[in-house]
Amino acid sequence: MRLARSAAAVIGATILILAGAMALAAPWLAPYDPIRQDIDIRLQPPSRAHVLGTDSLGRDLLSRLIYGSRPTLGLVALVAVLMVPIGLGVGILAGYVGGWTERALMGLTNVVMAFPSLVLALAFVGLLGPGLLNAAFALVLTGWPAYARLARAETLVLRRSDYIAAAEMQGITGWRLLWGHVLPSCIPSAQIRLALDLAGVILAAAALGFLGLGIRPPTPEWGMMIAEGSRVVFDQWWVAAFPGAAIFLVSFAFNALADGLRDLGDPRHG
Amino acid sequence: MLLATLAALALVTFTLSSLSPIDPALQLVGDHASAGTYVQARHELGLDAPWGLRLGRYLAAAAHGDLGVSRSTGRPVREDLERVFPATVELATLALIVGGVCGVGLALLSVRHPHGLIDGVARLISLAGNSIPVFWLGLIALFVFYARLHWIGGTGRFSDAFEYTVDMRSGFVLLDAARATVPGALTDAAAHLVMPVMILASYALGNVTRLTRAALMGEAGKEYVMLARAKGAGPTRVLLRHMVPNVRGFVLTVLALTYANLLEGAVLIETVFARPGIGRYLTTALFGADMPAILGATLLIGACFVLINGLTDLAVRLADPRLA
Repeated sequence: MRLARSAAAVIGATILILAGAMALAAPWLAPYDPIRQDIDIRLQPPSRAHVLGTDSLGRDLLSRLIYGSRPTLGLVALVAVLMVPIGLGVGILAGYVGGWTERALMGLTNVVMAFPSLVLALAFVGLLGPGLLNAAFALVLTGWPAYARLARAETLVLRRSDYIAAAEMQGITGWRLLWGHVLPSCIPSAQIRLALDLAGVILAAAALGFLGLGIRPPTPEWGMMIAEGSRVVFDQWWVAAFPGAAIFLVSFAFNALADGLRDLGDPRHG
Repeated sequence: MLLATLAALALVTFTLSSLSPIDPALQLVGDHASAGTYVQARHELGLDAPWGLRLGRYLAAAAHGDLGVSRSTGRPVREDLERVFPATVELATLALIVGGVCGVGLALLSVRHPHGLIDGVARLISLAGNSIPVFWLGLIALFVFYARLHWIGGTGRFSDAFEYTVDMRSGFVLLDAARATVPGALTDAAAHLVMPVMILASYALGNVTRLTRAALMGEAGKEYVMLARAKGAGPTRVLLRHMVPNVRGFVLTVLALTYANLLEGAVLIETVFARPGIGRYLTTALFGADMPAILGATLLIGACFVLINGLTDLAVRLADPRLA
């Protein structure tokens, strides 16, 4: 496989696959119930019974960490599924149709591009109510313009290419042309951009959870677990340390994947 | 273009506030008010007007600098923002200076010796810098350097002894501490500021290093570099005198966009280190369902984004003779 030629891409992809498997298989992997409280064993350091220790309500941190991957990765998947099609659609349309449609769409793209994404996500969640869905909408709203720019640039080059002319001469026009002949060539650069973006989306999702604007307790979520741990960080460091390490690992995996994909796509790196 | 972006941002935030389940009239009169009082409150707040009219009124007021009255502090939002924003600017600016200098320096070193030890370290730092949650890094730093090693001040902008004795006239913590008559205020302020600045700088470091390095590597294969080498210029001279001027505009853009991101990152850092600033103002407003304050703070940060973008375009034109 081509991907195997870059060590960074392999490491990144492996971590992500493992994290995804962990989220799906959480009920079978977690040693305890993630929301069952046991005040007698609160704030215990890592031990054989509780590998990562327990939090201030005596809940097993390893189990919470495993279950906590679900909302985070779910949000990432949702953002990716919404953001990329919108961006690519706008960009291809603008690049192919041209004229005032292009001017209007790209004007909108540039306007939205200058929005502050994290602060807008905070405002979304603050005004519409806490929850990952509102956070996802905010991140999609500020995320799509990058893909629109990318797809438009790609489409502008393609519009003048011989093979698009050849396809048109064979009678392939309209949506079929855009879907089958223009879209595929936008995918590689969009992939790299997506891996980079998702590394940031993970951090934004965790930040919202940390500020208490993510999912409702007691459902575990990594950012919220750090916030819970921050109250006892001076004496019981492990409560905040492990969920943070998990966020770092997943974000790092996306960044490494993006790095690897970029190297593979760049002929100078062979 | 700048105005269009600002207007669009105001439109989005205003639309959000009208979709919001928060009812300012109900907040004002309370749950037990009669229907008559409630209707009157709605009328006085202008909430019974059509949506377009309310939007128009809001935009007109905002254009005059009137952002409404905060529910939690009881003061005009504009006054509140003027009081808290300087501290955030101070934090983000210092972080940009530290992160920018280190990032560009690291990029120069790694291009001077490509695929060497420093290059590897730089690549690792830029990868890690983009992956670490800053608020978590802040917590860990507090644990290690404050709780265990006692090297730095704890949370807040001062120790308790200085918190109420230093006159916060300008809002810039270091400036006000330097002007204060209390001995030791400046040292104390610096001890509390150094870690937030370092953490925030690490947030900038990754991107600045990666993008500067990529731009310089892109120049390395070009013919003018080969010509300069053929004429006998050493590798350091080629790098500093020939390649750097060509990426100046690009690096300027990177730094400016990073600055905008740092203003956002400051929101999180201020929460972790319990420093007064626009970030803490915004998060407090979020939990108090304080709509005018949320809208005002969002608009202010948005305006900074737009302004920074606009000024960068201008600066790049001035720095790059090809565009002038």
